[in-house]
Amino acid sequence: MLAYIIRRLLYAIPILVGVNLFTFALFFVVNTPDDMARMQLGVKRVTPEAIEKWKAERGYDKPLVWNGAAAGGAKLTDTIFFSKSVRMFAGDFGRADDGRDIAREIGARMLPSLAIALPTFVLGLFVAISFALLLIFFRATALDFAGVVLCVAMMSISGLFYIIGGQWLVSKVWHLVPISGYSGGLDAAKFLVLPVVIGVIGGIGASTRWYRTIFLEEISRDYVRTARAKGLPERVVLFRHVLRNALIPILTGVVVVIPTLFMGSLLTESFFGIPGLGSYTIDAINAQDFAVVRSMVFIGSVLYIVGLLLTDLSYTLADPRVRLQ
Amino acid sequence: MNGLPVQPVLLWSDALLFVLIAVIVALMLWARRQDALRAAWARVARDGVAMAAATVLGVFILIGLLDSLHYRALLPAQPGAPARYAVEVNSALDALLADLRLRTEKTYSAPLATHLFSREALENSTQREFPRLKHGGAHLGENLSGHGLDIVVRLSRGLAGGLAIWLLLVAVVRLGKSRLPPNLPLEGGGAMMVATGGRAMNVGAGGTASRAVLLTLLVIFLLFGAAVSLGGGYHVFGTDKVGQDVLYLSLKSIRTGLLIGTLTTLVMLPVAVLLGILAGYVGGWVDDLIQYLYTTLSSIPGVLLIAAAVLMMQVVIDTHPDWFATSAERADARLLALCLILGMTSWTGVARLLRGETLKLRELEFVQAAQAFGVGRFAIMRRHILPNLMHIVLISLVMDFSGLVLAEAVLSYVGVGVDPTTISFGTMINTARMELAREPMVWWSLLAAFSFMFALVLAANLFADAVRDAFDPRSSA
Repeated sequence: MLAYIIRRLLYAIPILVGVNLFTFALFFVVNTPDDMARMQLGVKRVTPEAIEKWKAERGYDKPLVWNGAAAGGAKLTDTIFFSKSVRMFAGDFGRADDGRDIAREIGARMLPSLAIALPTFVLGLFVAISFALLLIFFRATALDFAGVVLCVAMMSISGLFYIIGGQWLVSKVWHLVPISGYSGGLDAAKFLVLPVVIGVIGGIGASTRWYRTIFLEEISRDYVRTARAKGLPERVVLFRHVLRNALIPILTGVVVVIPTLFMGSLLTESFFGIPGLGSYTIDAINAQDFAVVRSMVFIGSVLYIVGLLLTDLSYTLADPRVRLQ
Repeated sequence: MNGLPVQPVLLWSDALLFVLIAVIVALMLWARRQDALRAAWARVARDGVAMAAATVLGVFILIGLLDSLHYRALLPAQPGAPARYAVEVNSALDALLADLRLRTEKTYSAPLATHLFSREALENSTQREFPRLKHGGAHLGENLSGHGLDIVVRLSRGLAGGLAIWLLLVAVVRLGKSRLPPNLPLEGGGAMMVATGGRAMNVGAGGTASRAVLLTLLVIFLLFGAAVSLGGGYHVFGTDKVGQDVLYLSLKSIRTGLLIGTLTTLVMLPVAVLLGILAGYVGGWVDDLIQYLYTTLSSIPGVLLIAAAVLMMQVVIDTHPDWFATSAERADARLLALCLILGMTSWTGVARLLRGETLKLRELEFVQAAQAFGVGRFAIMRRHILPNLMHIVLISLVMDFSGLVLAEAVLSYVGVGVDPTTISFGTMINTARMELAREPMVWWSLLAAFSFMFALVLAANLFADAVRDAFDPRSSA
């Protein structure tokens, strides 16, 4: 087991290197730092001095990958590639355009993101699986059909509509919770209820349909027929046999998401004014803060790779037949 | 070109769209000769819900195509000067909707309103009042007592007109069915239906499928009649911040949605198919390399990758203003680049699926036999592997469409979507959401955008389900 984990972690290294090289190419080779400076300064204020100043402030005034002017090892280290890309492996993301340390900012913003994403994820999983089991229990009846129609209709509605509509109805018409904002401690609950509920409702259509397909596939298996032939009630068949056996395909899609919950949700956070990583990213995109976007891309990939590893490990917990070598 | 009333303009996205349609038509002609494919399409054609959805999609595609015939109008002739064309690029849809496009108001007005939404200081009065609209309800004159009645009259006239056209269509279909020999395709059943195979249509003729199509057409004609009749005198969905008709904006958004939904898949398919098959069939270091490539790309969260790529694309476009002659061309280039970027993030899933399927196919007897006969690698991939993967390609094409239409709106909200001057559902929602805090609320732009998007995505989802059920060998019960 331990050997497997170590080997998987080693596999992750080339992928992370690939991501790193890719972002480096995207941000510094597709456009030169001069281009970025010109874009951000605006056409009117572009002078050679302003560009040099902009680059110096961000440390973009070095050569890309090879600094011939430096001495010894600094030929490699005193470059944009080393200072901006390689140092990300050490958790050093540099500074944002407003001068703050990105790593510290990310640390502070993870908690609010998680406070929304985790309940949404757990509640959404629970609601969707229950709903899907209900549809399976009443399969091939009018209720099943109506449920599927509802799912398709719900997944055809834009996520923006759920957020805008929910904010309007709950906060503006009924005045139940504040429209947006955040505070620490227990007070946060009243700000979190609405985004969580909206997040659950918005995701219900697609996930219920997906779970229903998985359950339907399981229910036509031989072991289910055996269980029924033994005279087990349908309730027991569904919960004890079908649900357990369907866990493997469900885990495949679900566990990988868990680490990325730290990243928060772009839309929800920016609509509800939650100071998490999602709104941080959106603000950075709008302000064209390249350093922040680059850091988020890197962190997102790291979390995703962790998710893949967790998925593999979760198989061994869910299915005793799976042995990781 | 001298003296032509219009100068046709072929934007890149138009060209690609027409290429796509040519490919689809060619594939359909080819599919008609394949028994298995024809049988699968016949299953789709017998499905009432799928055909109703296809009808709705057909209407959307028709609007999108009309909006893709671009031209520049001839400017009024100056004596002695050569003919000059306007800088503004319009489409055939713009010409059809010239009424809606040109009748702009000053700012917001509610649907079917006669006055502006906000008070303004009028010239000859000290009080701030709601000014009259320039066009909305202008035919009523000063006397507004007939406003409600006028709406009812126009609405019923429009509905009656729609019903009349529909009855005419039903009569033609009935007449045609009794006259035509049974193996000829039905006329007027919607372009999609004829395209999916006249034979298939005949199987379902008189059955639930054709009834579903006729009922869908009835709803469409009724809505269309009402919109035309009311739109003659009012702004049916109101006007937006700069006074543009919201109905016009919604219709223009359709093309953007369709383009993003289809071109993205089109640009990524060749890469995905090629790499997927190569990885699965050739194996070895090629397999390792391709797997590494798509694992790396897919481990970057989609939205972030898109955001980063779009930011960089903006820098490229902004630093090279000389590449584009008109602003329409620049917006078009941005739209295409967005499709490319979306494609870059979504090809990995398809490639992985195709690789897995190719691994299975490689071991089958007919491929082994071909190898034993000494058929070349690439000939085997092209002749024996590729045709057996087409169902996966088709299913992923139709399944991706609705997700991409929805993604466009979200991306435009995030600020990494289409060019702000491109009319799309995303830009409509984005400009409208600023006004949500207003009291009373400006709701009509949002509602119009969401309704149109819902109709398009729902139709696409339903159609995609039917296609998947018909083509996926696992789901054939």
